[in-house]
Amino acid sequence: MSVRLFVPCDAGALAVGADEVAHALHKAALERKVELEIVRNGSRGLYWLEPLVELETAQGRFGFGPVTADDAPSLLDAIIDDKSHKLSLGLTEEIPWLKRQTRLTFARCGIIDPLSLDDYRAHGGYKGLTRALTLSPDAVIAEVTTSGLRGRGGAGFPTGVKWKTVSQTAADRKYVICNADEGDSGTFADRMLMEGDPFVLIEGMTICGIAVGATKGYIYTRSEYPHAIATMAKAIDIARQAGLLGDKIAGSNYTFELEVRTGAGAYVCGEETALMESLEGKRGIVRAKPPLPAHHGLFGKPTVVNNLLSFAAIPFILDEGAKAYADFGMGRSRGTMPIQIAGNVKFGGLFETAFGITLGDLVDDIGGGTFTGRPVRAVQVGGPLGAYFPRALFDTPFDYEAFAAKEGLIGHGGIVVFDDTVDMSKQARFAMEFCAIESCGKCTPCRIGSTRGAETIDKIRRGERVSENIALVEDLCGTMKLGSLCALGGFTPYPVLSALKHFREDFGPQQPRLQAAE
Amino acid sequence: MTPKMTPMYESWDAARGAEIIAEHSRMEGATLPILHALQEAFGYVPEDALPMIASTLNLSRAEVYGVFTFYHDFRAKKAGRHVLKLCRAEACQAAGGDALAARAEAKLGIAMGNTTSDERVTLEPIYCLGLCATAPSAMIDGRLVGRLDEARIDALVSEAQR
Repeated sequence: MSVRLFVPCDAGALAVGADEVAHALHKAALERKVELEIVRNGSRGLYWLEPLVELETAQGRFGFGPVTADDAPSLLDAIIDDKSHKLSLGLTEEIPWLKRQTRLTFARCGIIDPLSLDDYRAHGGYKGLTRALTLSPDAVIAEVTTSGLRGRGGAGFPTGVKWKTVSQTAADRKYVICNADEGDSGTFADRMLMEGDPFVLIEGMTICGIAVGATKGYIYTRSEYPHAIATMAKAIDIARQAGLLGDKIAGSNYTFELEVRTGAGAYVCGEETALMESLEGKRGIVRAKPPLPAHHGLFGKPTVVNNLLSFAAIPFILDEGAKAYADFGMGRSRGTMPIQIAGNVKFGGLFETAFGITLGDLVDDIGGGTFTGRPVRAVQVGGPLGAYFPRALFDTPFDYEAFAAKEGLIGHGGIVVFDDTVDMSKQARFAMEFCAIESCGKCTPCRIGSTRGAETIDKIRRGERVSENIALVEDLCGTMKLGSLCALGGFTPYPVLSALKHFREDFGPQQPRLQAAE
Repeated sequence: MTPKMTPMYESWDAARGAEIIAEHSRMEGATLPILHALQEAFGYVPEDALPMIASTLNLSRAEVYGVFTFYHDFRAKKAGRHVLKLCRAEACQAAGGDALAARAEAKLGIAMGNTTSDERVTLEPIYCLGLCATAPSAMIDGRLVGRLDEARIDALVSEAQR
């Protein structure tokens, strides 16, 4: 008999032994003289089940997980004998955690072989580009504007407006940059997509290049993501060989080239102007705005800089139409958001859903609370620059404006869950310390304010003039918020002030406390 | 799929360095790709290479030195035989990463950011490997390890000490 299995090659699955599982399955198949084909797919995003092995059947894919190398022989026996196995999850698509999602951007991730162009096409790939090539560049931009898509990096700027500005700026050369410098803790959507469905990013950026008149694109990503870099580079080669990058894309008269560039461990390079400096081969120092990158960007040329998730939403919008995308969501937040649930959480992973779901639903219902089994005390939303939310604010809907109204931000959609052992003054201190480590040094509030902030929180934690020092930290946060050049110094106050506001009892002389995960 | 495990580096050689620089010099904004390529070949960026980059790219030495020192990734000297990076960002903190980091420091007898005196192990913090749903996580010589607990961190430390 022959068996076709899927074992993810996603970094998150590899980190918990996916390669060892694939190897053990091959070995077991050889011993049993079974013809076994293993497809290395991306991750479905149900990380507590990784390594998630799937079996292809006439009814659909059957899931097993989390599988270890030791489980391989018994798993293969169960498959051969058509018997149940202790790790059986039933049909993967029927797992409620997956079934409840609205996967537009991540529709193919975890399903296809990431580097198979045939697989990509068979699942709707390159239909967006095909349609874009039948439209005028202006009509493509109008489609993106009508979809209501806003920048998925966190700022939430309307993507169509940005594209229009670049398209209307005359220049001999224009650039498209994908910001895949996903440095926020608690986020991994960019990594997952680059490893699991790289062609969707290539297609989205190509459509952008055609729409704005740019001929060169860069994907700027992190050195911490070696697997994503490797997959992306291979996918670009494959697309080029298939005539989908380079001159005369897909038989049209358009030219678009694409290249992956790797950062070097500087968080601030996720800020778009620092990113461009880095791409130009310089220190990642933030530029003052204006001029906007859309007018004066990479090498002084008009440049679209979008988050990876923004580009990855484009093929769907062009293929299914702006309305199909805009029909999802709430208020001014249209479409879906790939939300990443992480930290001390029972069911962590990627949950793509329409805007509007509440924080409480995401943490308690979908996330299942903490894996330590202790009560959830705080969640940080939007990375190291995002606010800490207490349970009292769990009714906040996931929406750009609703989070801003609660003095928070959704950022890149990462949620980090903490149990009741968390020390919130320590977390506030970490926010300042992180800013001090990562500050580019150009503006004073960020460069010096972060160091003084960490020192002052240390004094509070030692019990020195607590109320005066808290007032000082609050005042300093005001200065950083209003006086910093970019979001690093400007948003570091979010975690600090939210910790102070919602968890004031943690600010004072330190008591001995429990360690997390004990 | 897993990148190289124990990297074998070449020893510094100016001619080889010049070759690597020339290979990348025509790229737009070539400084970072060149620094990455040099570090990949030699395990660090030799000081002698910086003026070579400057003259090839028509930059000042100060500019190249400035770029080299700005980024956390680039090393001025070789790391230990094994590099153990522990994620210290919020998702890993929430999952008990701080205690595991302290445990690794105690076992190795060094603080984060240092190399053991026998030059076997370099222990470094890393701010997010993007494995936040299988936290706490680590990277040892390019290999990723998630769902760390005391037993796993001990195993990683022993592996690094070998």
